[in-house]
Amino acid sequence: MNADPNHRGVKVSVRGLRKSYRGQEVLKGLGFEVQPGEVFVIMGPSGSGKSVLLRHLIGLESPDAGEIRIGDEPVSCAQTMHKYRLAMVFQSGALLNSLTVGENVGLYLAEHRTQSPEEIARVVSDKLAVVGLKGTEDRMPAELSGGMKKRVALARALVMEPQLILYDEPTSELDPLSAVVIAHEIVNLNRRIGVTSLVVTHERALAFGIAQRIAVMDAGQVLVTGTPDEIRRCGIAEVRKFLNADLNLVTKTQPS
Amino acid sequence: MNMFQSIGEVFVLGWRTFLALPLAWRHRRKVFDQFFEIGNASLLMVCILSFFIGAVLVLQSGPVLVERGLANYVGGMVGITMCKELAPVMISVLIAGRIGSAMAAEIGSMQVYHEIDALRTMNINPVHYLVLPRMLALALALPMLVIFAIMVGWLGGAIVAASNLRIAIPMRPYFETMREIVEVGDVANGVFKSFCFALIVGVICCHQGMDTIGGPRGIGRSVTKAVVNSIIMIVILDYVLSRLLLE
Ligand SMILES: Nc1ncnc2c1ncn2[C@@H]1O[C@H](COP(=O)(O)OP(=O)(O)OP(=O)(O)O)[C@@H](O)[C@H]1O
Ligand SMILES: [Mg+2]
Repeated sequence: MNADPNHRGVKVSVRGLRKSYRGQEVLKGLGFEVQPGEVFVIMGPSGSGKSVLLRHLIGLESPDAGEIRIGDEPVSCAQTMHKYRLAMVFQSGALLNSLTVGENVGLYLAEHRTQSPEEIARVVSDKLAVVGLKGTEDRMPAELSGGMKKRVALARALVMEPQLILYDEPTSELDPLSAVVIAHEIVNLNRRIGVTSLVVTHERALAFGIAQRIAVMDAGQVLVTGTPDEIRRCGIAEVRKFLNADLNLVTKTQPS
Repeated sequence: MNMFQSIGEVFVLGWRTFLALPLAWRHRRKVFDQFFEIGNASLLMVCILSFFIGAVLVLQSGPVLVERGLANYVGGMVGITMCKELAPVMISVLIAGRIGSAMAAEIGSMQVYHEIDALRTMNINPVHYLVLPRMLALALALPMLVIFAIMVGWLGGAIVAASNLRIAIPMRPYFETMREIVEVGDVANGVFKSFCFALIVGVICCHQGMDTIGGPRGIGRSVTKAVVNSIIMIVILDYVLSRLLLE
């Protein structure tokens, strides 16, 4: 499988990316590079511009300044979208509410006429099984829980056999067991087809569990990039604060 | 400024949809789905509306004409007004309110909940996937509904003409005098106008849907704007087309 050149991950590089909405600067000249086939995690507090960054990477927004290259093409040109298969798992899932789960997952194949309906049905049930939702083809997205929607969205991205996959908070809203399943699948997919994976999250456990390299973001800037070990040893105050934030309030306020 | 930008965007969307026409066959399933949805949602309303429009037309003008000895013109008058003016305009306004609003709401909520973004990331063009089928279905359904409405309206008029004691024109002479005055061209005139209204309602409502920002309130705002703008454009275009077709 890995020998197929279409199935190899692509490189992503971002330089000096800036974006403002109504005068408020959200991305402040950030840059990083992701190697082909890498699992790269971007961490950062809520509102630091992670989702906005992903929307730029997949070409839904155009930057005010700076450059994004995927493979060897700048993202702004329409060709990139045709040349490379890019997929995104949205924070909210973004399933089409008027279609069933099965139709949602098979949408890419059905619209691009790559396979026969029977073939598509088979692929769809395969991918749903992968995310632990076997047999839910005929249900409507409105009947699913938030976590299930997210898993369907992941299945929909898997169907594309992408070369670059962007995950926006893939495990938020999931129970710990499903989160492990999804984390497994992210890593598996990366190993199986060598897809470049860019994961945005604020969950430290997930980040350190799957990342080959991590970037920590705050207020529209990348504070530091490095391997998980380097990040753990990083001395920057904001990064330390973010990594060491502790929810364990009960034992602190009630010393026994 | 904002208004002119919107008008420009509407034209661009219309042009893009036009360029996508060769893909219509590929999307035929969605066109038919939309088509039947339009029919299901509006057929009964069209029926009631046009029946009573025809009826009230005769009720108001019938006695006046009969008193002056112009009973021969009641059928023709209803025939012409119904097919050239009232059916196309009233049915298009009804469809803007019933179908256009639903289109704006559906596409608007898809915009707000990132479904359209998801389509784009899957390399599916939202104009081909969402706008083209809706425009085609509307352009197909509205003229048909108008033909239907014209006939129901004539019938409504006929029933009032025959049953109202101050008018008292039986069905047969009513339709015979109508046949003398109304030509096939008059019906075609109305049907053509409704085709144009279908395009304008479709493009305005789809554009407004895709232009939605904000949450549920944004969707509500979009729906109102889509319907109001559609109706205004129908009325303006009606004058322009009637003037052009008069030659
Ligand atoms: N379309 C927009 N218009 C105006 N402001 C926006 C827009 N999109 C994002 N923002 C602003 O950009 C900032 C970053 O938003 P973003 O969604 O990227 O945060 P995030 O890092 O993904 O947070 P979270 O972890 O909560 O998802 C926010 O302050 C938000 O208000
Ligand atoms: Mg986000």
